[in-house]
Amino acid sequence: MPETNGQTNGQHYVGTRQVRPDGVDKVTGRARFGADFNLPGQLIGRVLRSPHPHARIISIDTSKAEALPGVKAVVTREDFADQSSEFIPAGEMMMNYKDVVRNAMAREKALYEGHAVAAVAATSTAVARRAVKLIEVKYEILPHVIDVVEAMKPGAPLLHDDLFTVGVEPKPDKPSNIAKRIEIKVGDVEAGFKKADVIVERLFKTAPVHQGYIEPHAALATVSEDGSTELWTTTQGHYIVRAHCARLLGLDIGKVRVTATEIGGGFGGKTVVYLEPLAIALSRKAKRPVKMVMSREEVFKASGPTSGATVWVKMGATKDGKFVAGAAELKYQAGAFQGSPVQPGTMCAYAPYDIEHVHVIGYDVVSNRPKVAAYRAPGAPISEYAVESVVDEIAKKLRLDPIELRMMNAAREGTKAAYGPKFGPIGLEETLNAIKKSEHWNTPLRKWQGRGVASGFWFNIGGETTVSLTVNEDGTISLMAGTPDIGGLRASLSSVVADELGVPYDKVRPIIGDTGSLGFNFLTGGSRSAFSGSMAIVEAAKQIKADLIARACKLWEAKPDQVEFSGGAVKPLGALAEKVKPMTIADFAKTAGKTGGPIGGIGRINAQGAGPSFGTHLVDLEVDPETGRATILRYTVAQDAGRALHPAYVEGQYQGGAVQGIGWALNEEYIYGDDGKLQNAGFLDYRMPVASDVPMIDAILVEVANPRHPYGVRGVGETPIVPPLGAIANAMENATGIRFTELPMSPPKVLKALKEKGLNKA
Amino acid sequence: MRYEAPESLEGAVALLAGAKGEARVLAGGTDLLVQMRADVVDPELIVDIKKIPETRTVTEEKGGWRIGAAVTGAELKEHTRLKQAWPGVVEAANLIGSTQVQGRATLGGNLCNGSPAADSVPALIAAGALASLAGPKGRRDLPVEDVMLGPRKLALTKGEIVVSFLLPPRPARSSDAYLRFIPRTEMDIAVVGAGVSLSLDAGGTITAARVSLGAVAARVLLVSEAAQAIIGSRLDKAAQDRLEAAARTACRPIDDKRGTIEFRTDVAAVLSRRTALIALDRARAN
Amino acid sequence: MAKHHIEATVNGDPAEFLCETEDTLLDVLRDTLDLTGSKEGCSSGDCGACSVMLDGRLVCSCLVLGCEVGGRKIETIEGLAKGESLHPLQRRFLEAAALQCGICTPGFLVASKALLEKNANPSEHEVRFWLAGNLCRCTGYDKIVTAVMDTAAAMRKG
Repeated sequence: MPETNGQTNGQHYVGTRQVRPDGVDKVTGRARFGADFNLPGQLIGRVLRSPHPHARIISIDTSKAEALPGVKAVVTREDFADQSSEFIPAGEMMMNYKDVVRNAMAREKALYEGHAVAAVAATSTAVARRAVKLIEVKYEILPHVIDVVEAMKPGAPLLHDDLFTVGVEPKPDKPSNIAKRIEIKVGDVEAGFKKADVIVERLFKTAPVHQGYIEPHAALATVSEDGSTELWTTTQGHYIVRAHCARLLGLDIGKVRVTATEIGGGFGGKTVVYLEPLAIALSRKAKRPVKMVMSREEVFKASGPTSGATVWVKMGATKDGKFVAGAAELKYQAGAFQGSPVQPGTMCAYAPYDIEHVHVIGYDVVSNRPKVAAYRAPGAPISEYAVESVVDEIAKKLRLDPIELRMMNAAREGTKAAYGPKFGPIGLEETLNAIKKSEHWNTPLRKWQGRGVASGFWFNIGGETTVSLTVNEDGTISLMAGTPDIGGLRASLSSVVADELGVPYDKVRPIIGDTGSLGFNFLTGGSRSAFSGSMAIVEAAKQIKADLIARACKLWEAKPDQVEFSGGAVKPLGALAEKVKPMTIADFAKTAGKTGGPIGGIGRINAQGAGPSFGTHLVDLEVDPETGRATILRYTVAQDAGRALHPAYVEGQYQGGAVQGIGWALNEEYIYGDDGKLQNAGFLDYRMPVASDVPMIDAILVEVANPRHPYGVRGVGETPIVPPLGAIANAMENATGIRFTELPMSPPKVLKALKEKGLNKA
Repeated sequence: MRYEAPESLEGAVALLAGAKGEARVLAGGTDLLVQMRADVVDPELIVDIKKIPETRTVTEEKGGWRIGAAVTGAELKEHTRLKQAWPGVVEAANLIGSTQVQGRATLGGNLCNGSPAADSVPALIAAGALASLAGPKGRRDLPVEDVMLGPRKLALTKGEIVVSFLLPPRPARSSDAYLRFIPRTEMDIAVVGAGVSLSLDAGGTITAARVSLGAVAARVLLVSEAAQAIIGSRLDKAAQDRLEAAARTACRPIDDKRGTIEFRTDVAAVLSRRTALIALDRARAN
Repeated sequence: MAKHHIEATVNGDPAEFLCETEDTLLDVLRDTLDLTGSKEGCSSGDCGACSVMLDGRLVCSCLVLGCEVGGRKIETIEGLAKGESLHPLQRRFLEAAALQCGICTPGFLVASKALLEKNANPSEHEVRFWLAGNLCRCTGYDKIVTAVMDTAAAMRKG
């Protein structure tokens, strides 16, 4: 464990399982999520959405809707100024305001079924629903394209006539659906393949999947006559929402105050705006608050799932198991506007391994589906599914243990990743060892049972973070953080505050501040909130401790080297100790006015030094050969947390990500008809794992400290979803002898493959 | 939208027969409310039948069982003697949806929703259940297999409602079973459903059987060839193979988001066999 | 069409409200009675976030009409704790970190309480299948299932 830079009372709380301070409200139903907020006099907003996957919008007639009693405002593309092209970071992806405004409200074209075309605000949900039906839109229906390979073909229906592929030479003179081509190249893969004793080459296909948060999007906006706007929204990044809304609505950022409500799941899907600009525009027009909540169907049809993709992978290894070359080509759907996670997919594909020659090409391709939003380690599960599957095949061909093979090639401290940076201390090997030593790995299997292992990686980010610590008059500490708490953050941060200042855990009260109360925070994403928040707390605590030392020195007429801060108090040292008694934080708090005024600290950082988190997953499953149904029998996750601020919430990330991966691997997919319309826009037929589908998920916390963080913390939230796809595909191969290169591995596909080999008998 | 909760059958029939616009019966609401919220149906009149005693009781009748159309799956599960006599019917009703859904869902609603994938219907058909209907012209009985004619198409006339189901008396050494295939372990609509009811003689030979398949055609099928395949046998391998073949032949499924034609046909065969084996085990124990 | 005037018992107290025919019990709880603890995840009975007890039976309130509940007894998440005492399930969920974002938690607590009232010693299998109608996307169910079983054990000890 690294020494922290601050002085602490011996780290009582960090690393222990405290009850989260916001917990009681969550188990009593008192906590208020997005749809739980109401304002007197509010109107209900609803959206008219395109029924067509691709159509030019010829005209929109809202007159009948406006005439309906109870309707107070209607907005369309006319109410949103066009935006010039400008790329901005959104989580770990980039987006363009020209696209953002068009995604929020269609302009020239409807680009997917579900695309917002108009919105109304009315005195009740019933009136709003009726009003939406009265809006008449003339569409010129255009041919559509969904599949990424189809969308890349010349002659495919074109979504944007001003989209020219970036990253190809010579620059194309014809627009296409290929927004971008990217490439990372190290060494010479052709030379590498020549040195290989075994080469495996495979083509993989994955379907679009949704983050599946249980809480639909919700926003409540109220705009005053002078343009001051207040917004409550369920979001992972209220400062980003503020920026987007200010830009789209032409408002000063300072005039927009956004409160992040409690959030019922995000996983990256709530890092963008959907309802917020609409609610604000409607409120501005109606001069009343407007509340908007998406239905589940709207969530599936109109919010951003992740890409479906086609991935080609070719790897070569020597007969001893050394990887000599890794090539890949990734084709990712971006949805209606550019910006799929093909870049991180490209970066992560081979990142767990030290390979001399690497060449990965990625394509960002638009198609007539909702614009993709981030989904937990965006891009990486797809590319690493492909690579981990091929690694498994290499292990089989070489008759090597799949863990040994990975160990032989594992990235370590000092390895230069293909995408650029040199790794500091990392924990991949430790996770592989943890799996190898586990009871799970050493338990025998029966017929039709299979075991699979896979590793995965996410680079994690830091980013701009502001945190405020206030010492209240009774010595309790108020913590205001600015990254919405999606899964226990307040517990982890409170432990850090308690240890930094040497106060009891229950004397720390955390809240997530709104944009008007606290300086800028980048959104909760990139596995950054505990990492950056704790770093910023250390800064804020330093300020408080320095302040208290200064006050003590003044009071005691002492010099700084005669005092120290420890155990929650300023203590006199040496001879001074005979003259004066220590003063606790509470003591200072009581007389703060007399010694200089309010006591507090603000940590304002752009957190650097985020350490990557590696994980290895192990899964056993059993296949029913007569039906193709796979049952997950046992699952173990080993992942490097650097330092687990709160072990239970770190385990929770491992377990939750693993189960999302199980769903992605076995049953989840967007199913489109030939008409380009989504057939399974509900929880009935979009099949996420239920409690009876999964076993206990054993979570092994590996801790290889991140030397660039005062507590050694690494972000942990995203890596857990990266290994499951490969691990489960590998287990299926182990159980059936069949390599499945298409996800999900749903029963009809599995049974068909078993039948083709004559294996569909018990 | 009007809501009425009549306390008599005559009242309910009169309301439905006299409805000018779209009228719907409300029992558990687990289909109706979902369809209303999705704008699939916009009824002018909702007739809640749960206050009509005949729809809410489970009674023994002439050696058989009469189950009210608005008795919930959860209530059926708690009925020990019914469960003993008809474990297949009760387990089928308790596969619908979730625990929460079973707290509301009813056999009547499950049948009258008109979905060929309904879980309880193959079990009721295999059991030889009779649906008791009440309408403007009076009462009549229909075998359950004749009630659902196709997706959302029922043999009911205007104003007619399903009041109850009569399960026939059970000879000794009889039992039933229901299995369905779903991709997850719960919560899915059946991709294939199989209901089997059978009776054995003292030597263990099958003397009577009924086999019903759901989600493999436009209506829930009563597959007499499948029953013939196993009657007179002890469900040995040859009989099982005949059963599977008959199930395959009877299937007329579609490709949809839940399964392909090939998949449904294959699984119908497998499930018929597995369900028959369970029913056989249970019958032996009886 | 005039609204329905309904009198029912909610969490032990008399409750009176007006509703349209098409309003679900969930709509009434959240929008009319200001009991926002029950959540709307899907409105199709597939996620369990709106779980309540109706006359002692676990149901999805999105699948019950408001106008059906006249004279009936409804128990929601808001009625689980008694005064300042949390129900053992609530306490155990907190201690065991059996929630992350918390949106599914009210539904799980109501459903788990219903299970333990029926079966004081459920196996892991029984817990998972009873709770299959409650979707959670954050936890992977592990800590929820453990919390329910631990609470069952603790409650059996008395």
